Amino acid sequence: MCASSKWMLVALMALAICPAVQAADVGLPDVVEFNRDIRPILSDNCFFCHGPDKNKRKADLRLDTAEGLSGKPGEPGAVVPGKPADSELFRRITSTDPEQKMPPAESGKSLTPRDIALLKKWIEQDAKFEGHWAFLPIKRPTKSRDSVFQSATQIDSFIRESLANQKLVSSPAADRITLIRRLSFDLIGLPPSPDEVATFVNDSSSNAYEKLVDRLLKSPHYGERQAMWWLDLVRYADTVGYHGDQDMSVSPFRQYVIDSFNANKRFDQFTVEQLAGDLLPNGTRDQKIASGYNRLGMMSAEGGVQDKEYLAKYIAERVRNASGTWLGITLGCAECHDHKFDPLTTRDFYRFEAFFADIQERGLYSGANADGNWGPFVKVPNAEQEAALAKIDQQIVETKKILDTTTPELAAAQATWEKSQIVWTLLKPDSITSTEGVTLTAKEDSSILASGKNPATDTYSLVVKNPPANITAFRLEVLPDDSLPKKGPGRAGNGNFVLSEFTVKQVIGDTIDEAVPLQNATATYEQTGFADANPYKKWAIAAAIDGDAKGKTWGWAVMEKVGQPHIAVFETAKDVAGGEGSTLVISMLQNLDNPQHTIGRFRLSIATSPRPIRADQAPPPNIAALLAIAADQRNDSQKNELAAHFRSIAPTLDAFRKQLADQEKSRRDLDASIPSTLITASVQPRMVRVLKRGNWMDDSGEEVTPGFPAILSQPLESPTRLNRVDLAKWIVSNDNPLTARVFVNRVWKLLFGAGLSRKLDDLGAQGEWPSHPLLLDHLAASFIESGWDVKQLIKSIVMSQTYRQSSFVSRELREADPYNRWLARQGRFRLDAELVRDNALSISGLLVTKLGGKSAKPYQPPGYFAYLNFPTREWQNDSGENLYRRGLYTHWQRQYLHPSLLAFDAPNREECTADRARSNTPLQSLVLLNDPSYVEAARAFAELILRNGGSAPRDRLNFAFRRAVSRDMKPAEAEVLERLLQTHLDEYKLDANAANELLTVGAKPTPTDLDKSELAAWTSVARTILNLHETITRN
Amino acid sequence: MLPTSVARRAFLKTTGVSLGSMALSSLLTGDGLAAEPSGRQVPKWAGVLNPPHFAPKAKRVIWLYMAGGMTHIDTFDNKPKLAELHGQPMPESITKGQQIAQLQGQKLNCFAPQHPFKQWGQSGQSLAEIWPHLGEKCADDMCIVRSLSTDAINHDPAHTFMNTGTMTPGRPAMGSWLLYGLGAEAESLPGFVVMVSTGKFGQKQPIAARQWHSGFLPGQFQGVEFRGTGDPVLYVGNPKGVTLKRQRDVVDAVQSLNGIANESLDDPEIATRVSQYELAFRMQSSVPELMDVKNEPQHIFDLYGTKGGDGSFASNCLLARRLAERGTRFIQLYHRDWDHHGAVKDHSAGTAKEVDQGIAALITDLKQRDMLKDTIIVFGSEFGRTPMAQGNGRDHHLAGFTMWFAGGGFKPGFHYGATDEFGYHAVENRVSVHDVHATLLYLLGIDHSRFSVKFQGLDSRLTGVEGARVVKELLA
Repeated sequence: MCASSKWMLVALMALAICPAVQAADVGLPDVVEFNRDIRPILSDNCFFCHGPDKNKRKADLRLDTAEGLSGKPGEPGAVVPGKPADSELFRRITSTDPEQKMPPAESGKSLTPRDIALLKKWIEQDAKFEGHWAFLPIKRPTKSRDSVFQSATQIDSFIRESLANQKLVSSPAADRITLIRRLSFDLIGLPPSPDEVATFVNDSSSNAYEKLVDRLLKSPHYGERQAMWWLDLVRYADTVGYHGDQDMSVSPFRQYVIDSFNANKRFDQFTVEQLAGDLLPNGTRDQKIASGYNRLGMMSAEGGVQDKEYLAKYIAERVRNASGTWLGITLGCAECHDHKFDPLTTRDFYRFEAFFADIQERGLYSGANADGNWGPFVKVPNAEQEAALAKIDQQIVETKKILDTTTPELAAAQATWEKSQIVWTLLKPDSITSTEGVTLTAKEDSSILASGKNPATDTYSLVVKNPPANITAFRLEVLPDDSLPKKGPGRAGNGNFVLSEFTVKQVIGDTIDEAVPLQNATATYEQTGFADANPYKKWAIAAAIDGDAKGKTWGWAVMEKVGQPHIAVFETAKDVAGGEGSTLVISMLQNLDNPQHTIGRFRLSIATSPRPIRADQAPPPNIAALLAIAADQRNDSQKNELAAHFRSIAPTLDAFRKQLADQEKSRRDLDASIPSTLITASVQPRMVRVLKRGNWMDDSGEEVTPGFPAILSQPLESPTRLNRVDLAKWIVSNDNPLTARVFVNRVWKLLFGAGLSRKLDDLGAQGEWPSHPLLLDHLAASFIESGWDVKQLIKSIVMSQTYRQSSFVSRELREADPYNRWLARQGRFRLDAELVRDNALSISGLLVTKLGGKSAKPYQPPGYFAYLNFPTREWQNDSGENLYRRGLYTHWQRQYLHPSLLAFDAPNREECTADRARSNTPLQSLVLLNDPSYVEAARAFAELILRNGGSAPRDRLNFAFRRAVSRDMKPAEAEVLERLLQTHLDEYKLDANAANELLTVGAKPTPTDLDKSELAAWTSVARTILNLHETITRN
Repeated sequence: MLPTSVARRAFLKTTGVSLGSMALSSLLTGDGLAAEPSGRQVPKWAGVLNPPHFAPKAKRVIWLYMAGGMTHIDTFDNKPKLAELHGQPMPESITKGQQIAQLQGQKLNCFAPQHPFKQWGQSGQSLAEIWPHLGEKCADDMCIVRSLSTDAINHDPAHTFMNTGTMTPGRPAMGSWLLYGLGAEAESLPGFVVMVSTGKFGQKQPIAARQWHSGFLPGQFQGVEFRGTGDPVLYVGNPKGVTLKRQRDVVDAVQSLNGIANESLDDPEIATRVSQYELAFRMQSSVPELMDVKNEPQHIFDLYGTKGGDGSFASNCLLARRLAERGTRFIQLYHRDWDHHGAVKDHSAGTAKEVDQGIAALITDLKQRDMLKDTIIVFGSEFGRTPMAQGNGRDHHLAGFTMWFAGGGFKPGFHYGATDEFGYHAVENRVSVHDVHATLLYLLGIDHSRFSVKFQGLDSRLTGVEGARVVKELLA
């Protein structure tokens, strides 16, 4: 069916206009604007079937393009400009025929009378189409380059203009106490001290406010405050998120973000470093750390994970994150199908994905739960640690030098030592048998190799005729061999073996046929793993001579050290006569119930030296070989090797060896204390193809190379493959329409409580038409022109009168503008999760303001991690100052985020979070009332009040109020608290135990010089103040 | 003391801001405010679907979550043919191109059902003999579905899919959806409660709190974990040295000062804060009261086979009944013990024993209180286990497995759907995870296709974008 014929049929249908249209015609704008008024209606109700997704498109009709709406030459569109009655779109939305009516009933969508009236008026006004606002170039609505002040003035004029249209007026400026609290929370996230409040309130200079702004922008805590919301976007966390949710080390990345904001790094530079810091020429360590951005996504070490599936998960998440963090679009929705609302295709998604195809990673991080290897990383020592490392490295060199130097004394000692060495004689068996028929072959070096049949259990028997006389020990060497699984020495799949019993029998003539008692079995290594059921608690060599050859659960084994030679030595209890005419029968029983744990290659020797004879005395094979050469026959290299070996065991050097071990341990400890951080390493890009319906198992899709979404860029011909640097530069190019708008909108939210477009995570068609589109563009354009200067952007906003308004809202104003869209007042909202606690710690004087470092572990209820595994773990509260660090340093456990952060809506950072919810729940009340962090803060606060708040209760209360909410107390408030104080003072006087208990919550020592009942009663007062709504509110 | 109107406006304000006009309008019509003895108002969330789309059959859900991936073949889905083929290779036609977990690249041999099956009850339901309590007491209540399949083959994403309808983290769990949609019945207990027990047989696979997270819905809809040790709810216990009376004094002082502040501000957010403190304080009594089972009669202890208070699955079953009585909307009991990669015979018998009596007791107990009719019992795992051997165990399996339901409008003594003769693929009357969600919502009065929240531009649903089917055949 040709495209135009689709209208023929429906044109015959009767036209019925809903009477409601007339009634809804009031209050419509004089000029209907497509983007403000029409697009949201079409997007929400029509685009699902008549939008960008070609696979879902019905009737080959698009309502998201000019052509689709108004037609093109020779093909009518859905609307006829100026003529609603002739417009198919209008007929359909007003039809009473259920077959005709749009949207159809099964879509669950319906238009309001106002929607219909708007569409009608829009068609009457010639149905002008506009591209989606956020995808159009940012046009500066104002003329010249702005200074901060001009920009602030400009902000106010945009706001006033819209207020006038709404017949609203600005609120008066807030009082200075409110202003300094507001600025402090917004810019540094900490309350002002009473002194800071007093200084500002009493500053009569004309630029007092600006001085305050500048001071806060220079504070190191500014970077911490801004980092909080940036870390939400880039999903910073301290654990991997999937399955076992093991720790990963990335705290230097957090430090990088804080430092970048503090240094006011250009936002474009900040962007490039995170997306592609590893690819920059002559990249600095900081840029490598920044590239860790690409590695902050979730990872899995779950056994049974398929690499390919998880590689697909990881890389798709990067598309969601980068497009959400910088572009504010939901490109992630195009993973399985073309986007339903925005002109983004599945191909766009996978081309974007291909930018990240060079990142070195694994799908299954097998073993990382144990070894912590989550891919490429760098160590990040600070200057102090770097110096300490250099120092200890020098010490190690010096000690090693001593250990490497031969002296005459050592040479003499070596000669004595050589004489004392045990001499081993290799046994050459006259026959070798396996009860199960395994092929046992003697090799040139007298070792014996098993091959052929691989039975569940076996016994090897060796017959040696005419052995040496007076045997004092037997030695069994188990040896690796390329023919064995994992190189052996065992024949089990993992290279292991279990020797259940080792026995020796002596036969002399017809008279003697006796077992040779063995003793003091020793081995160079004994397996420790899987030994729970083993009575020796390890796979001990002693088990091989314990007379129990059943060996269901024990024997000698070496699992952790397969692929290497090992030695076992058995002393004879008394000398074995041996000699001519005698015969030894040596049996090796291997009876483990887990099949095929037999020995693959081995060799036997005997010694006649005096006991004791131990396995660990046996020199390594290369040294044994040197000892076998007469001293005067050795060449220089052999002499040196032997001397070096002797120095490594010489008793006179024990002290130095211990010193070296200590130094090396110190170095390891130091190294462990130095944070490492995951970084991006670039390798040959993996092939990326379009996955149909997002199915990672479907290999039939088109292969793609990196490219930008078509709607947002001109087709780009590049002779070389684009990489992440190109991506980052495109994101922050001056003509990218999204990045600056997205960023300034989020900064606006920080400073007013809501964005100019309130959907912070979606500026696409389903986002919200901004309340002040020109203001948003003004801010975005100024931001770009300023050189992406974040501090200047923030300063220009906070300098505006709009920012400085009171947040008080009258009932009338609330009714006129319940969501404060028109900004006739400032916002009033609860502090973010981290700041709720930072605030309490700051008020109580407990806060440790140190910047950066590894994550901290404040009090957390025991057992909260009970359902984590691989490994199982329990949170260990930190001690000392780490208990009192700011919330952004709290260890961010994705699966079990610290419960008091979680209660206050902190996100678990599994994905990009642009907008935290702000709920108000009973669990929040329980945290503030009962979490030991807050109880301890209250008692510290009480102590501060008693020490520094004067002596009269009323003075003390005012002191407390000034610290907590920066103002004096009202008499009515004082009465409430005085009543509480008196009641609890009386009670705690009678209940000293209770007072004692309360005063020992938390690690802070209880003061001994203060009256405990008084301190406890004041703790009740302090708890009350820390729980106030006002205390946790920024207004 | 707050006049009702203030509290109501307060609640409208907070919830309205987060949830948009849908929530706002529903609260205008819903009446969730009840006078409380203390004189303070505690507004109750009335739900955005008030009234629901259609008359609900059920009011609440108790989800018995067999975490780790219960073997369906040795429990509820008998496969005699598999026994015949024991030790022989699984036909390639069955396994080709299929997703495999730990058995990747290994020989795929048939592994016989490890327990004899038996017909139980009048309905003759087929259950393995390792379910004596369920079989004896509940076979005729059960509605068994043997044709489930899921999209994920590893524990973590499979749990996330089962609970939120998608593998991508960040979406609300079903309990959060229900609380958001239908509101809370409970007066001073959370509406969405999770309890976790750990058994002695399977690998102890982790469970992430993501499984009861409210995702993009506000935090008030998050599941609350009730714990067997320490504070039953985090921070519900008073600090040391603070009696209930002293805590009340502090809360009263906070309330008074907030009230004074609000005289001049008239801020609905403050009024909400006041009511949340009231609710928090009440939880400090109501939660311990709930957990304290010592006044239950002896015959109840005998029925469940527990004295309670030990964090066992049976003990959680008893608590689930107490929560259900008090109006909790969605109760989820995880039992972490079903990951049987080895020794599936002994281990499945062991784990079944850990849960069998508790489940049968819960169903019996609800029935004798006439509560089974409006309580849905859901029993299932994140996936099943392979018909192929992994040593003497079984690997993860997504293409076919079993869930069963009871009460709340499900057809009793009924079974539906089937896997192929190997127990590999769901072949007859296939039911997807989204179908399960859609069916549960239907019984609770909700049309899943009309129950959505706008998130990142999309009308997000528990049942996803591709559509789901209410499995009407399962309904009584």
